[in-house]
This record gives sequence, structure tokens and C-alpha cells, in this order.
Amino acid sequence: MDFQLNETEKAFQKKAEQFVLSAMPPGYTDRCLYWPGAYGAILEFEERDPAIDRFRERMGEEGWLTMAWPKELGGGGHSFIEQAIFAERLSYHRAPGTDISTLIAAPTIMRFGSEEQKKEWIPRIIKGNLRFWLAYSEPNAGSDLAAIQTRAVEDGDDLIVNGQKIWSSGAHIADYAWMVARTDMNVPSHKGTTLFIVDNKTPGITIRPLINIVGFHSFNEVFFDNVRVPKKNIVGEKNLGFLYLMVALDYERLAIAIGGFRRQFDELVKYVKGATRNGKPLSANPSVRRKLADLAIDIEVAYNFFFKTAWMMDNNQMPNIEASVLKLFATQLSRKLASVGTEILGIYGQLEHDSKYAPMHGQFCVGYLDSISAVIGAGTSEIQRNIIAQRGLGLPRK
Amino acid sequence: MDLGLTEEQEMLRKSAHEFLAKECPKKLVRELDESDMGYSKGLWNKMAQLGWMGLSFPEKYGGNGGSFLDLTVLLDEMGYNIVPGPFFSTVVLAGYTLLEAGNEEQKKEYLGKVCTGELIITVALIELDGTYDATSIDTTAKAKGDGYILNGTKLFVPNANVTDYMLVVARTKKSSNPDDGITIFLVDAKSPGIRCTVLKTIARDKLCEVVFENVKIPESNIVGTLGRGWPIIESVLKKAAVAKCAEMVGGAQASLDMAVNYAKERVQFNRPIGSFQAIQHYCANMVTDVDGSRFITYKAAWAVSEGLSADKEVSMAKAWTSEAFKRVAVLAHQIFGAVGFTMDHDMHLYFRRAKAGELAYGDADFHRNIVAQQIGL
Repeated sequence: MDFQLNETEKAFQKKAEQFVLSAMPPGYTDRCLYWPGAYGAILEFEERDPAIDRFRERMGEEGWLTMAWPKELGGGGHSFIEQAIFAERLSYHRAPGTDISTLIAAPTIMRFGSEEQKKEWIPRIIKGNLRFWLAYSEPNAGSDLAAIQTRAVEDGDDLIVNGQKIWSSGAHIADYAWMVARTDMNVPSHKGTTLFIVDNKTPGITIRPLINIVGFHSFNEVFFDNVRVPKKNIVGEKNLGFLYLMVALDYERLAIAIGGFRRQFDELVKYVKGATRNGKPLSANPSVRRKLADLAIDIEVAYNFFFKTAWMMDNNQMPNIEASVLKLFATQLSRKLASVGTEILGIYGQLEHDSKYAPMHGQFCVGYLDSISAVIGAGTSEIQRNIIAQRGLGLPRK
Repeated sequence: MDLGLTEEQEMLRKSAHEFLAKECPKKLVRELDESDMGYSKGLWNKMAQLGWMGLSFPEKYGGNGGSFLDLTVLLDEMGYNIVPGPFFSTVVLAGYTLLEAGNEEQKKEYLGKVCTGELIITVALIELDGTYDATSIDTTAKAKGDGYILNGTKLFVPNANVTDYMLVVARTKKSSNPDDGITIFLVDAKSPGIRCTVLKTIARDKLCEVVFENVKIPESNIVGTLGRGWPIIESVLKKAAVAKCAEMVGGAQASLDMAVNYAKERVQFNRPIGSFQAIQHYCANMVTDVDGSRFITYKAAWAVSEGLSADKEVSMAKAWTSEAFKRVAVLAHQIFGAVGFTMDHDMHLYFRRAKAGELAYGDADFHRNIVAQQIGL
């Protein structure tokens, strides 16, 4: 065992840190309200910011977006541990990171797409200037994704799509939908669902904003009214969409902004060290000390799950339990960090980010609201526990 | 970064697991828990033959030259199976005290006999105050002639009822700094003036009250430097905390495995109770606690093993694992229902040890305090 980074990994971490610090738009780390593990306060969804686009392009140009891809496909061939190291530094500085296009679309196209699709999509994704949104959830298909009702019917060289998607993060600033719809209603949905790509500009698509609890426009509901999609946009084989979805879950295992937890914590500790209450240093308050120590330990546990998951993937072990435990634990921690953090801030904990009295730009107040989403999005805690129990421990479904 | 065990460590884990399952069945665990001695000489000798007592001690004292991490792997398995007896007190507490503070002669003689299994030895530390703090040390050792006279009462001394020797932590000088003036003495348990009474404890693990009344100790039995014993104890307590975590990780894993197996078999409402989400979610929470404990414990053990300053890692591990094992044991009990509440069932053996483990070498709050200091508060 060696819990330290080796020399190569340390050098890599340094390089990653230097990149992030040099490429981040000035002031972004402080301006950004992103809460670790949560989905609502994502600044880049508020408006498409050219500075963020430029950051992504630089990530593309310098190979960070494709660091995990095999070298023969133009990637960096880096290990999962190195991806984890990079992701940790990226999220520590609250930088925009990998997204649907790099995390899900590109790997799926590389594995299951046609040669034409690879040529059409991969180079654009590598450059970092193409955005996808995830068109999975529907009003009646949340945790039960198999219940989707949106239909895609063949018509000559096209599919004609009708239905509605919801909780569509960033659909309003994206270029394409990465979408699943039913293509055969006579079989169970896992055998009759197809994965395809839809241009956001196609006639018949209506995108309506949903303002989330933080006050941000992150979600949308998206309506499809006789939307024509060329069949060449079908990814993989028709009717096998759910299979590709399941496989893609493997690519998302490390998509938790692990460094963000430590960042918020470091700032909280810094605040506590400088603050006084009742004429005494806040850092001398036993209750505050206990709470901070408790958070430090939880963050350590989350980091351990994170790196263990990466390490297992590098060593060809399936982190089925570990990846779900990571998601479950980290998102619970997202809430705890916000909850305990606002407690420590006392009466100031309720001040929103635009108040001049708000400690740390109101990060914790925003986080307190945003962290509601953490244990719900991308598979609720309950779904994660089902996965751990059934897939991990082999407990029966019935 | 390498988060896996070596091949040798995997082999050790596997062979220890198999050995203990065969040689230390729960029937024996119960007998020993309920016995006066609290250990089996037969099992002790077999463990000695496998070289377990000397696993992590240097070869020149008769050990196997393994690492603290190797010992962690073994303790993990011992916690999984439960092995009542003086292994922990002899090897972790006394063995490491001798290794860190003993002179060559003491190490050759006493650590040598620890490695062969010939010697049972323990550390007498805690007093009426009940804390792991130097201020609590009131037992005195006063110089007289060519030796010292020991007076005082020690509590929670593990396995003192069967021990050959004790390392007694005593005050040799009153000082404004409580850490100063504490000395470690090697005391023959048969010395006149020693009275030992086994305390009735939740884990039935033979923690004892030991009263020292004018016990004579030769000067040559000082271990380490006169008056400079406390830093040694602090260092050993750190190792003991991680070692206890390792046992608790094993105990928590065993509790989880037992509960999951039962949930797959137990049928109510015409279906295995493991198919109910309430039970599945308990199991998922247990996995989180078990794996969380394992990773944080092995990280601390690795840091100790590498000789790094591991204060933060150790305290994080002990704070987390102390509470995690309790949570796991409680949920396991919930899954077993009424049958787990009986003496015939194995679950209480773990439930008891979760509490004992929590209290040993600093509970969660004790260690959170250290973590708070370590993060600069």
C-alpha cells in the first residue's frame, strides 16, 4: 500500500494545478457559487459565458478533455488515478469541468458509434466547443427511467419525435440533445428504446426554463412536437439505447466534484480562524471545533472512496459497490457540509450571496439550498442504496 | 498511489481467516468470554507457532520483520473472527512499548519472549480519572535503595489476570508539566503487594483493577528513560488506536456479512426479508460504514507503518471507526430481530465489542479534538 502520490503522479498533479490556475477566467473561483455534489448553482448554465467557452477550448487544446481516451484515438491515455487527480484539482478551484459531451457522449460514440459518427462528432468534442444536454428524464420517468413515453417513429430516413423531457440541465445553452426515446412500444422499454442525437435548432423543439430553488436557470422542460431527426444520428443499434445508457454509467463514476468539498471546508476553516463571537475566537468554541473536525473526517472518507474507485478501475476491478457508495456518501456530505457550515456561521448563515454582510460570498447559504438537489440528482440516495444492496451484496429483488 | 495489499498480505489475510475459523469457533469465543482466564493456552500456542506475536517485530529479537501494516491485516482478521485473549495487550501495547523504549537487554529478553509466545505481558496505564491523559497518572514510584517502591491503583488493565509481566506507568516526579516525571516500569506480576481483580465489562474482555501496595521494583526494570515515559506511551497509544480500529473494521465486516446472509435466508410475508428496501438500505448504509472504516484505517496504518507523523490520520480513523462500528452493529441487530437479542446468537459478541472498541484508546470526541488541533484550530 502507498497512500501517497508517487513522483510521476505528483508531477502530474502540479501540472494539472498550473493549468487550472492559468486557464481559469480571472475571478471565476470567487464569483462561482458552485456547491460540491449539487446541481443547481452552476454559473455556466445561467448564461453562455465566452470566458468559460474559452476555458473549455483550452482544456481541449491542451488535451485535458481527452486525457483518459486511448492514445490511438488522440487521447492522453492517462490512468483513472490521474483523471481523479485532475478532477480533484479542477473542482478544488471550482472550474467548469467535464460535461455530458466529454463524459458520456464521446466515450459512447467511440465505443458504439459508426465510423461516420466518430468523424463527425469526436473532433468537435475534443476541441471543447460542443455542448450536449442529457435528454433522459420525463415527467413520469424519474428514478424509473424505463417508464419513458417520448416516442420516435421511423419515417423514411428520419425519426419523428414526440414527447416531453424534463430536468434538462443546460438544455438552453447546449447545442445538441443526447436523447433516448421509445422506438418499439410492443416490447419492454429496455428492449425498445433508442439513443440518438438531436440538434437543438430543429423545428418543433420548445425549451422552457425551470427556475430552481437557488434562483438559477439550470433546468428546463423540453417539448418535442413532430421533430425530425435524421436516422444517421442514431447511436449504436436501434432499440438498444438502455444498454448504452447503462454502460455509460461507468464513465460517470468519478464525476463528483470531490475537490469542491475540501475547498468549501478550507474556506470555512479560514473564516472560523478569523472570526470572533461574544468577544472570543470562534475557533475556541468546543462545539465549532467538534463540528469542523467531524467534517474534516467525513471529507477524508469521501476522498478515500473517490481514489479507491479510481484505483480499482485502474486495476481492472469493478467498483460497483464503491462507486455507488461514493455517490451516496459524497452527496449526503454535500448536505451535511452546507447544514453544519451555516450553523457555524450563526445568524449570518442565512445571508444570500449578494448581501455585503454574507460570509464567503454567501456560498454556504446557496449551498444549503442547492444541496437539496445533491441526493436527488443522478440517481437518488435510495436508488444508490438499492444498487449497493442488489448489485453489490446480491440481495434479492423479490 | 497503490491502494491494494501485497500478495503476502493477501495470503496472510486468507490464511489467518481460515485458521481462526477452524481453531477459534464461536463456541470457544463464548467459553473464553465466560471463563475466568479469558484465553486458551492451546490456541495461544498455535498462534505463536504461526509467528503471529512476532509478525511485525524485528528479526533480531526473534520477530518476522514485518510491518505495522502486516499486523493491521492480521488484527483485521482477528476482529472479524473474535479472538479473546492477551494478543492485543501483549503485542500491540507491551510489545511496541518495549520496542520503542526498552534497552537492548530488555528487548532481547522480553520482546524476544513476546515473539515466541512464551510471555504474556500488558500495560497498566489508566487510573481512577479514566482518561488517556498524563494528568491522570497518580500512581507513584519512589526511589528507595537500589530500586523503587510502587503504590497506586490501575484500572482497565487488559489481561492482568493472566499476565506474566506488566509495564506500569507511574509518576516518579511531581512537575508543573504533567507529561514530565512519568516513568515506565517492568513489573513481575507475581511481585508481593499486587492485587488483581477482573472487572465485569461489556465485552467480557478481562480488563482488570490492579492495586500496587509497596511493590518493590529494581532500578534495572525501568523501561526507557527515568521521567521521560509519557512520549513513549503517547506513541504506543497512537499505534493502539489504529490497531483497535483494525479489529473494529474486521468486526464490522463480520456483522455486515452475518446480517446480509441472514437477510437472504429469513422469509417473512412469503419473501426473503432482504428483498425489502428497508433492509436493503440498512445493508447499504452498513457497507458505507464498513468500507469507510476500512479505507480510513488502512490509510492511518500505512502512515504509522511508514513512520510518518500520523496524528491526524490516526485520530480521523479512530473517530470515524468508533462510531461506524456501533452503527453497523446496531443495524445488524435490527435485521436479526429478536433472535439477535439472545445469548445463543453471535451478534451480541460483536455488539459488545463495538462499544468496548469505541472506548479504548480515546473515543470519537477525544480524537475529534485532536483532529481540530491538526487542522489548525
